Amino acid sequence: MAITDDVFVIGGGLAGATAALAAAERGVQVRLLSYKQSTLRHASGLIDVLGYAPDGQGPLADPFDALESLPVGHPYERVGGDSVREALLFFDAIAGDTYAGEHTDANALVPTSSGAIKPTARYPAGVAPGVASDPSDALLVGFETLPEFDAPLAAAHLEDTGAPFEARGVTLSFPGIRRDDAKVTRYAHLLDRDEAVDIGRGETFARAALAAIVRDQLEGESRVGFPPILGDDNHATVRRDLEERLGVDVFEVPSGPPSLPGMRLEDRLYDALEDAGVRVTTGVPVVDYEGVESGRSGSNSRRIEHVLVDRKGQDVPYRADEYVLATGGLVGKGVRSDRERVFEPIFDCHVEASPDRYDWFDGDAFGDHPFARFGVTVDRELRPLDAEGDLEFANLRAAGAVLSGYDFAAEKSGSGVSLATGFVAGDRAGSEVRG
Amino acid sequence: MSDAERPTDDHVPGDDEFDPIEVFPEADEMDLRPGADNCYKCSTCDTNCPVAEVDDEFPGPKFQGPEQWRLKRQSDQDVDASIMKCSNCMRCDHACPSEVPLSQMHNSARGEYVEERMSKRSLEYWRNRLLSNYRLMAHLGSKVPRLTNFVMGLTLTSVFNEKVLGIAGEREFPEFATETFREWWRARGGHEVSRERAEAARDRRGESGADKKIAYFHGCYSNYNTPEVGKALVRVYEHFGYEVVVPEQRCSGTPMFANGMLDDARRAADTNVPELAAAIEDGADVIASCTSCSMSLRQEYPELFDIDGVDDVSSNTWEGLEYLRVHEDLEGELAGTRADVPNLAYHTPCHARNQGLDGQAIEVLTTIDGVEAQDVGESCSGISGTYGWKEEHYETSMQIGEEMFEHMERADGDTGLTECPTCAMQMEHGTGYEIKHPLEVLEAALVPDSPETARATTDGGVDEVGEAGRRDEVRGSDREGGTDEADREDRTDEADHEDRTGRPDREGQNEPSGAN
Repeated sequence: MAITDDVFVIGGGLAGATAALAAAERGVQVRLLSYKQSTLRHASGLIDVLGYAPDGQGPLADPFDALESLPVGHPYERVGGDSVREALLFFDAIAGDTYAGEHTDANALVPTSSGAIKPTARYPAGVAPGVASDPSDALLVGFETLPEFDAPLAAAHLEDTGAPFEARGVTLSFPGIRRDDAKVTRYAHLLDRDEAVDIGRGETFARAALAAIVRDQLEGESRVGFPPILGDDNHATVRRDLEERLGVDVFEVPSGPPSLPGMRLEDRLYDALEDAGVRVTTGVPVVDYEGVESGRSGSNSRRIEHVLVDRKGQDVPYRADEYVLATGGLVGKGVRSDRERVFEPIFDCHVEASPDRYDWFDGDAFGDHPFARFGVTVDRELRPLDAEGDLEFANLRAAGAVLSGYDFAAEKSGSGVSLATGFVAGDRAGSEVRG
Repeated sequence: MSDAERPTDDHVPGDDEFDPIEVFPEADEMDLRPGADNCYKCSTCDTNCPVAEVDDEFPGPKFQGPEQWRLKRQSDQDVDASIMKCSNCMRCDHACPSEVPLSQMHNSARGEYVEERMSKRSLEYWRNRLLSNYRLMAHLGSKVPRLTNFVMGLTLTSVFNEKVLGIAGEREFPEFATETFREWWRARGGHEVSRERAEAARDRRGESGADKKIAYFHGCYSNYNTPEVGKALVRVYEHFGYEVVVPEQRCSGTPMFANGMLDDARRAADTNVPELAAAIEDGADVIASCTSCSMSLRQEYPELFDIDGVDDVSSNTWEGLEYLRVHEDLEGELAGTRADVPNLAYHTPCHARNQGLDGQAIEVLTTIDGVEAQDVGESCSGISGTYGWKEEHYETSMQIGEEMFEHMERADGDTGLTECPTCAMQMEHGTGYEIKHPLEVLEAALVPDSPETARATTDGGVDEVGEAGRRDEVRGSDREGGTDEADREDRTDEADHEDRTGRPDREGQNEPSGAN
């Protein structure tokens, strides 16, 4: 017996989770399968829609203006601007008060750990007091044992960028952490649980100890920025507690992996999946599928009958009416390559790439790399197309970084594309089941 | 193992001795380079490590795996002692987005550390050896279960364990059952009776065609401590028409891997693999009721041991519920059944999660009327087998478990549910709840009249079985009979015992099986 559901979503990142939630809205039984933990754990937690146009224009003040002029084949062009808005509304409902930015179409400018400014559409509530458009002065606090965030350097960069406020950075020693390479989860855990820490002259609690050493550094600034380690499960409480103790606004400066804001968003999404009755399977990959011909939709009638999941040696069949492929791009390994070709490993959907691998990249490290746009090509329903432009399968849709036609790193469009295409793919899959 | 093949083009006449040049100096070790090279240092593993989250002295899985492996290429670097802080929960395997075989690297590093750097005269070594060879302790203890339970419950014993052996005094030793699973199985008639029952069930179900057969890998815990789990498995499988065989077996190796006792694990595997491979050859699939046992047979065996049949065993081993769900219409069968069990708080063991089994127990069991089960989240229970038993790790173990305890207490149920025996110990230890195994709930729904005494006296089941048995005798004569199997089992236990004490101890002499 195959394990049977209505909709089967492959991939547990932002696109997959959104697809599963959107499908579940249609009242069907959804299963989401995630092989490894998603790249959300690498993600800053910011929800970018479009920061720069594909031709490099930007930063864009209003991403929605630019959506209309995107080239054919760009994921936003495939789903249309209205769907992008709808997907953001859908996200806002899931994120609730943990995210900000929904009051406007305009991009917010958020300082990142390098002191750069990133245009983004939605941002965690804990990032909000740090936006660059706010003219109040900021103190950035880094820690000796967390070299990823060099606060004085980030402050200097911010000044150079022309931010409309004074920024100053200090590097302190985090109370209670001695080891050079303690994990970010260790910092978060200490603050989450407000554990007792040894500060050399006896024990005190982590939050009070942290507030005490930061208070000594304040020189009239009305906000303080920290690396994103201010708690995990109890993040909001930790931040509020520090604000009360310091008497100023407290914010996090988003940084690279591993990233607690990404993990918190992941937790939020998985809580929503549980509430929506989505069945979640993790730790095992989809390795193959069984296809059938069906007369349902004319010439393009191949359908996926079931997929096979490798549970450490056993291929277990999982069956559904509709499937969503949200396995990620080159980093998430939803698109892979060897010396001969670029391919999508589960269904072998067509991926357009030059046969000569020296054409896959640009000589300039920061140039316009073709590989950044590798992925499956889809119709306006997000169904993957073969080399001739025909449907690969009638009941398969693709979402997120597995799609071709956009360079998320250059455009700052990764989260927005995952949300919009995940929403459309899941919604269509769900309504297809409902008939 | 060297990949060097005998070249075909340089045969010198008369020179039959070809001596290949060793290109890679570590060619007889596992080659972990591709795994190490896959690591792009995203640190996702570190953020999933339950030990690193509560202990900043622990360098984390990324260091223990690919970084330490690379360091060791450089010079005569030793494995860092912190490897012993790794609990082998294997959550890093699940986390890694780049297919680095982290737990395999940890297992081999730990093995090397214990082999080369831990004194074989130290109490730590012998404490670890004692803990990881639980089966031997249990084998002896279960001969006189009441005495053992009494002694293990004494304050004096607990003080001795903590002060001398370094076994956390806070832990209560699990009680030994007065009748082991294997004793019950033999008293019940072994394979022969199971075949009769399975055949009767297939008749009742109107199933014709091929025999259905499984080999049960009960592991140590359901044999010595919770035989009710093993009995539930047998009854549920027989209900679906499967005949059950119970091959000779030793520990799955899980506690040995976690303690770096790879030689002990290898010795156990040298029994388990051929026995299970023979059962597979005989048409059975291997079923485990403990998810760490199935994890070991599926993943760790082929990763660590090169034994004939190891891949066969890996690809034919299943978890108890999983197999039925894939091979039978389990949900259909459960529809309309009822089980009167208290509300359940379910914890997915980390090793179950790595086999894609998260959510399974709830998905399946909540189709039964009267079963309410709630998932208590993805946190690790913190005990990780023998880890939380060590005095020096007890605090860490309880700090890790804190989140699960809180979630359990917040859940509606006040009975726990999990597949893993040591997670069950931790759940009970942290909350005081009674803990059930999903197979016991399945048994309550499908075979409600299961206690065989009840069946014999109430519904005439014995006659039914008796008839089936008579029918079978004719056919059974040219096959391996149940009596043989039981004899063989006796021999295993004796041999095993003799192995260690140098003196055979007749099974069943000290303890009349099943009588009390």
